Amino acid sequence: MLDSFTVDTRREGPVWVFSTHGYINNVGGETIAKRFEEAHADGGSKYLFDLGDSKIINSIGVSFLIEILERILETNGTMAFCNCAPIIEKTFKIMGIMQYATIYPTVKEALAGMREAV
Amino acid sequence: MNSAREDITHPESVKEINLTIPMIPDMEIAAGKTAEAVAEVMNLDEDKTAEVSMALIEACLNSFEHSHSEDRKVYITFRVEDSELTIILRDKGSGFDPESVEKPDLERMLRPGIRKRGWGLKLMESMMDSLTIESGPGGTVVTMKKKR
Repeated sequence: MLDSFTVDTRREGPVWVFSTHGYINNVGGETIAKRFEEAHADGGSKYLFDLGDSKIINSIGVSFLIEILERILETNGTMAFCNCAPIIEKTFKIMGIMQYATIYPTVKEALAGMREAV
Repeated sequence: MNSAREDITHPESVKEINLTIPMIPDMEIAAGKTAEAVAEVMNLDEDKTAEVSMALIEACLNSFEHSHSEDRKVYITFRVEDSELTIILRDKGSGFDPESVEKPDLERMLRPGIRKRGWGLKLMESMMDSLTIESGPGGTVVTMKKKR
């Protein structure tokens, strides 16, 4: 049986950081979207998704990330990912997500890059 | 005494593995894990192994969601050959016309009110070396190949 999906949210200066744990399927995607909306309502425009503890994603899970990307672009915000498994990075490339979001190797590098970005 | 072990460790002796999974949430992961085990036996590298697993997960999800099969099962065959791995996934659903499936377009999907789904076939095609789909009223057969 799969462990239940969880997401931790914290704020690092101007950046909201979402750390996911588990399989990003429909349940995982919906959980991320809910936590994103809570953060979005609280203000901010920079969102980092740390996928280091999510080794598998499916197309339904990614569709929720596209919903989130749409919401971020509406407000001229920034979306980034870090600690992605190679298969997740490849999935994002195939779908074209990297035209709109940056992938960083680590949280540290992501925060540095996102703080600098206007 | 060691014949079972030898069967696992010598790819040339492994020809076909059959797996039947019920169409219930997260069972696609069981298929993906089996694909990983088969790929490991074939000594596929990590990237190819992950790609095979992901393609099969997507194929299973398509069947789960769209086949409307009465027996609610997916039948998977892994065929191991020297040069490639073939995965054949069958369901006994109502079938579909692969040509009628709209190609996903992220730019379009980022517009408000547009559905974000429909990436399964695109991902399967991109992750594997070949993908063929035969579908009709008796069900769908998806055949995917990955070169070693």
